Amino acid sequence: MEKYYHSVTLNEEKCRGCTNCIKRCPTEAIRVRKSKARIIDERCIDCGECIRICPYHAKNAITDPVEAIYKFRYTIAIPAPSLYGQYKTVFSRNRILNAFKPMGFDRVYEVARAAEIVSEATRKLLKKENIKKPLISSACPAVVRLIQVRFPSLIDNVVKLESPMEVAAKIAKNKAAHEENIPLEEIGVFFISPCAAKATSVKVPYGAAKSNVDGVISIKDIYLKLLNSMERNPVREDLEQACQEGIRWANPSGESSALGTEKFLAVDGIHNVITILEEIENDRLEDIDFVEALACTGGCLGGPLTVENAYVAKNRLGRHIEEARLKGISKSRNEKIEDDLVWTGSIEHKPVMKLDTDLVKAMKKLEALELINDGLPGLDCGACGAPSCRALAEDIVRGNANETDCIFKLREKVRDLAAQMVELEAKMPPVMDKSGDSQEQVKKQR
Amino acid sequence: MSGKVIKLHFTIDAHDFSLAGEASSSTKKMLNQLGISPLIIKKAAIAMYEAEINAFIHANGGEADVEIGVDRIVITVRDEGPGIADLDLAMQEGYSTAPDKVRELGFGAGMGLPNMKRYSDRLEIKTEVGRGTTVTMTVYVREG
Ligand SMILES: Nc1ncnc2c1ncn2[C@@H]1O[C@H](COP(=O)(O)OP(=O)(O)O)[C@@H](O)[C@H]1O
Ligand code: SF4
Ligand SMILES: [Mg+2]
Repeated sequence: MEKYYHSVTLNEEKCRGCTNCIKRCPTEAIRVRKSKARIIDERCIDCGECIRICPYHAKNAITDPVEAIYKFRYTIAIPAPSLYGQYKTVFSRNRILNAFKPMGFDRVYEVARAAEIVSEATRKLLKKENIKKPLISSACPAVVRLIQVRFPSLIDNVVKLESPMEVAAKIAKNKAAHEENIPLEEIGVFFISPCAAKATSVKVPYGAAKSNVDGVISIKDIYLKLLNSMERNPVREDLEQACQEGIRWANPSGESSALGTEKFLAVDGIHNVITILEEIENDRLEDIDFVEALACTGGCLGGPLTVENAYVAKNRLGRHIEEARLKGISKSRNEKIEDDLVWTGSIEHKPVMKLDTDLVKAMKKLEALELINDGLPGLDCGACGAPSCRALAEDIVRGNANETDCIFKLREKVRDLAAQMVELEAKMPPVMDKSGDSQEQVKKQR
Repeated sequence: MSGKVIKLHFTIDAHDFSLAGEASSSTKKMLNQLGISPLIIKKAAIAMYEAEINAFIHANGGEADVEIGVDRIVITVRDEGPGIADLDLAMQEGYSTAPDKVRELGFGAGMGLPNMKRYSDRLEIKTEVGRGTTVTMTVYVREG
């Protein structure tokens, strides 16, 4: 694996080199060079903002094609709860779940069910003493990466429990291996994902050495196939395992409302999340024990790989939640694997904003940066390909850009050069000066 | 302070509440760019934030100067506000004279000065009723 892996990618052919994405990126990870957007790998947190904002659909996330399931002898689909909000409500949750099997999946296990297990573990964690509050949910991997690059002092606040996706994969895989007597390596678990960041966390998990998920299929890619399958095939069995508590996780504050405390704060949208993390860093968040922060506006229902508008999806999910509540599916399933929920790995500070590893050199660069920034027009116009004047100044001290990338600076330079040229032109060497002294005298006389 | 020093200067403009905390926020970004350890940044940023907010809500604004050296960060927040009559009282946790409208915005919990003391390694306050207040905070930059 590369040192800095991330899922969000650019389709060069579609990119027109506009500046929509560079302005939107919360970590200033995009620059436009030679009319194409470039992602600075180590800064990308896979929040998907650029995927949503790009008017030419040039940004996407690397996920697996649906056909990837054929590589495994036995396959399990683990759909995110946000999937249920994508289809019209005539399609019940059970019908959606049943549609996976005719497509070639051998089993289906709801991530929503695993979410309930994570909720239970989080409730226990909240009761523990000596934990750093507020706890910050680790359910959204984009937020965890944001904390790693921009809010390192909050790393200790992050809930170090496996995500519902990981828990679902682990349970489903072990169960299948046991019941069908198949070696674990021959079982492929596929997460049906609204999310680019989850695709990354499968490739480079932060909580464990290796993910139990074998592939990530985007909701966008599977949407139509699943719809066809639903329309063609009858519902054969009862595949619902989760109750409303788990399905709710797709909504902002869904995770929090399962915790049995009012002392929570739920925030969605990456720029709102940044504001709240700033508040926590400044010790300003009083009387809050738990923070649920989701990078996408509307939570995972607003994930970059979804199909339906987040607000429409929210209404639909609401009906599935209500239906599940009425059914009140028993939670007494013997899948409690809480002890294993705690991360075996850890998350580290990624000082990607650092100007130099040597403090004195970094200080010199910062000084140079400030000086250059003072000389720039401060319009943050984006024409240089950087999101702001200050970002250009930073690129210049890092050696990745030139002052003349700023069109105003370039004009200034051209003007100076033009003035110099005029001056030089007047200073013709005497041997070539055909006008001779006589004209000079004429001028003086005037 | 010996060796290389970076000097930053900010004006704390009390006219726009949405700007409250800007100076400490920019300072934090720069400390991050210098690669200073997160814990030190946190200490400096909180201490500075509280002093900045105090100048903002109690003294109608002021100025902030930050000196970043290889071994320490020195933050000075200066205002020409009403000054603090009883500093010992003001240092107590929970003590606040902030008016209701300020409290409604979530400020005025009376934890500012105690936090400045807690998060800085050295705190010096010069204040005179009717003339203003100058708070100087030092945070040492130790590696690791
Ligand atoms: N810069 C200042 N100018 C005038 N008074 C101040 C200043 N800083 C603090 N004070 C006084 O000290 C009190 C306590 O300050 P602090 O601990 O920051 O709490 P808070 O700001 O929440 O009131 C304030 O309520 C105010 O009366
Ligand atoms: S909010 Fe959900 S979909 Fe969006 S990045 Fe976070 S986990 Fe992924
Ligand atoms: Mg205060």
